[in-house]
Amino acid sequence: MEWFFNFPDMSRSDLREFKKTVDFAFTDFSRSYGAEIEGFFEPLLMFLVWFEKFFINTPWPLIIFGILVLAWIGSRSIPVVIGTFLSFMLIGYFGMWEDTMSTLAIILVATFLCISIGIPMGIAMARSNKIQALIVPVLDVMQTIPSFVYLIPVVMLLGIGKVPGLIAVCIYAIPPIVRLTNLGIRLVDKDVLEAADSFGANYWQKLFGVQMPLALPTIFAGVNQTIMMALAMVVIASMIGVKGLGLPVLRAISNQYLALGLMNGLAIVVLAIIFDRVTQKFGLRMQKYRNDSKD
Amino acid sequence: MNKNDVLIKVNQLYKIFGNKSNEALELVKDGMSKDDLLERCNCVLGLNNINLDINKAKIQVVMGLSGSGKSTLIRHLNRLIEPTSGEILVNDQNILSLSQKELVQFRQNNMSMVFQKFALFPHKSVLQNVGYGLAIQNIPLNECNERAIKWISRVGLDGYETYYPGQLSGGMQQRVGLARALATDAEILLMDEAFSALDPLIRSEMQNILLDLQNELHKTIIFITHDLDEALKIGDRIAILRDGSMVQDSDPQKIIMNPADDYVSDFIKDINRARVIQAKSIMTPTKSKSSGATVKEDMVLEDILQIMSEAPSKPVTIENSKGNITGKIEMVNLIEGMKRPKSQGTNITG
Repeated sequence: MEWFFNFPDMSRSDLREFKKTVDFAFTDFSRSYGAEIEGFFEPLLMFLVWFEKFFINTPWPLIIFGILVLAWIGSRSIPVVIGTFLSFMLIGYFGMWEDTMSTLAIILVATFLCISIGIPMGIAMARSNKIQALIVPVLDVMQTIPSFVYLIPVVMLLGIGKVPGLIAVCIYAIPPIVRLTNLGIRLVDKDVLEAADSFGANYWQKLFGVQMPLALPTIFAGVNQTIMMALAMVVIASMIGVKGLGLPVLRAISNQYLALGLMNGLAIVVLAIIFDRVTQKFGLRMQKYRNDSKD
Repeated sequence: MNKNDVLIKVNQLYKIFGNKSNEALELVKDGMSKDDLLERCNCVLGLNNINLDINKAKIQVVMGLSGSGKSTLIRHLNRLIEPTSGEILVNDQNILSLSQKELVQFRQNNMSMVFQKFALFPHKSVLQNVGYGLAIQNIPLNECNERAIKWISRVGLDGYETYYPGQLSGGMQQRVGLARALATDAEILLMDEAFSALDPLIRSEMQNILLDLQNELHKTIIFITHDLDEALKIGDRIAILRDGSMVQDSDPQKIIMNPADDYVSDFIKDINRARVIQAKSIMTPTKSKSSGATVKEDMVLEDILQIMSEAPSKPVTIENSKGNITGKIEMVNLIEGMKRPKSQGTNITG
C-alpha cells in the first residue's frame, strides 16, 4: 500500500538526469546558435540604441514640446496636455529625466514590435478557428507563466542586455493586442459582412474596408493594454540589464531606499497614466460615428 | 409566357442545413417531412424542391411566414448560401458552376441586394455607402462619387451625403440601402424583407419609391416579404413558401381568387378583397357592350361598387387597356368576388 500514501514518483537520480539532459541540450543549443540568434537581433539592438540616444540627446524642451504635441493630437484635451506638461516637469526636476527617456524608448519600441507582430496574428486567428485554437493556449501560457521563468532561457541565449529585456517585455505585453484584434474582427456585425459579400467584395477588401475599421476601437483597447503591460515589465526587465526607471527601483528594493523607490515607481505610474489617457481618448474619437447616433 | 422572358430559372433546388446533408437529401427526395428529418438526422430542411421561373423586368414576390425558407431562397440566388442540390440559371448560365473569382465578378455586375436590417457600413458616410459597390470594382473615386450622388438624389436624400448611417432614421437608412443597391446598375435586385423593419407610413412611401423607380429602370426584382398587402401592391407575381416548399406561384389575382390550399387561404383571409380584386378576375367574358358604365379591367371592386350602386340593375362593361371590350360584371359577380373562396386543395400554378 505504499504507493497509496506516497506518490510513485521518478527516482531522484532519474529526475536529476532528466534535468541535466534538458539543461545541457539547451546550453548546447545556445552555444552553437547563440551567435546567429544574436546576429538576427542585431538590427533591433541598433535601432533600440539609436532610439534611446535620440531621446536622451535631444534637448529636454524639444522632447517635452514633442510629447505635448502628440498628447494634443491624441487626446484633443487641454487638461490631459497640462497634466502631461506638469508630470514631465516634475520628473525632470527630481532628476529622473534620463531614466525616463530610456524607459520611454524601450516602451515605444516594444509597443511597436507588439503591434506589428500582434495585429497580423490576431487577423490570422479571426480568419480561421484552427489557428485560433492553436494560438489561444500559447497566449494563455504567455500571460500566466511567471516572467522570471522565461527570463532564464532568454538570458541563456542572449545574455544580459537590452535585447533580452525587450523580448521579455514583448512576451509579457503582446497577448492583449492579439486577443483584442481577434475579438474585434469576430465581433463585426454579420449582416454588414453579408452586405459586403453581396456586392462582391473579396477577402482583403472586406478585411481592410469593413472589418478592420469597425474593429479599430477594440484593437485600440488592445494597444492601450499592451502599453500598460509593457510599463509593468520595466522593473523586471531591469533585472536583466535594461536601463531606465526600473533600475533605481531595483536598487531601492535591495537597499531599502524608500524615497528612491517611491519616486521612480511614481514616475512609471505617471507615464502609464499619460499613455492610458491619451490612447483612450484617441480610441473614443475613432468611434465618433457611434456617438451621435439617433438611437 | 414567352420563354425568352425568363431571366432566372431555379430548378429542383434543395437546401438542407446540418452535417449529414447528403444522406438527408435522399430521405427528403423520398418524401420525408421537415419534422421527421430533424428528428432522424438532426438536419433542418431549408428548401424542398423549389422550381421557380423569374421573368425579366418584373417584380417577383416570395412570401411566407418566418422560417418558411424565403430568406434562404434569396441568398441562393447570389450564392451567399450554397445549395445542397439543384441548379440556378441566370441568363442560361448555371451560377453554381462559377469559380470564386467569377462569383465575385457576378455579384459585382449582375446582382445587388437590399437587407431587412439595412446592413449599412456604420463607419462610412452615406456617400461612401452608396458608392461601395463601385469602389470595390476599383472604379476611380470621383466617378464613384458622381454616380453615388446621382442615386442619393434619386432616392431623395440630397444634402445627406456626409452623414453617417447612425445619424439617419430607419426610413432614410433604407433609402441609402436602396441607393447602394441601385448604384452598381446591376440588372437584378434582391430585396430581403427590405421594408419590414419600417413603420407602416414609411413602408408605404418606400413601396411607392420602389414602384416609381421600377417604372423607369425595369429591373428584375426579387422581393421577399411576409406582408400580403405589400406583396399585392408591388408584386407582378407572387410565390408562396411553406416549410421550404413552394405552395403556389402565380399571378396575384389568381392567389386571391384560387388559393392553392388552406395555408394560402389562411394567408389571404384578412385582406380587404374589395380593394385588391380587379375587374378582370370576376368578369364574365363577352365582346358585346352592356347597358351600364364602362370601366377598365384593372379597376378594383371597391370602385366598381361605387359606380354600380348608382344603377344596380345595369351590368358594367369591362374594357382592356387598349379600349377593347372584354367582359361584363353584374351585381351578383361582385358579391361572388367579395366572398372568401374555399381552398381548392390542389396545387395551382399558372
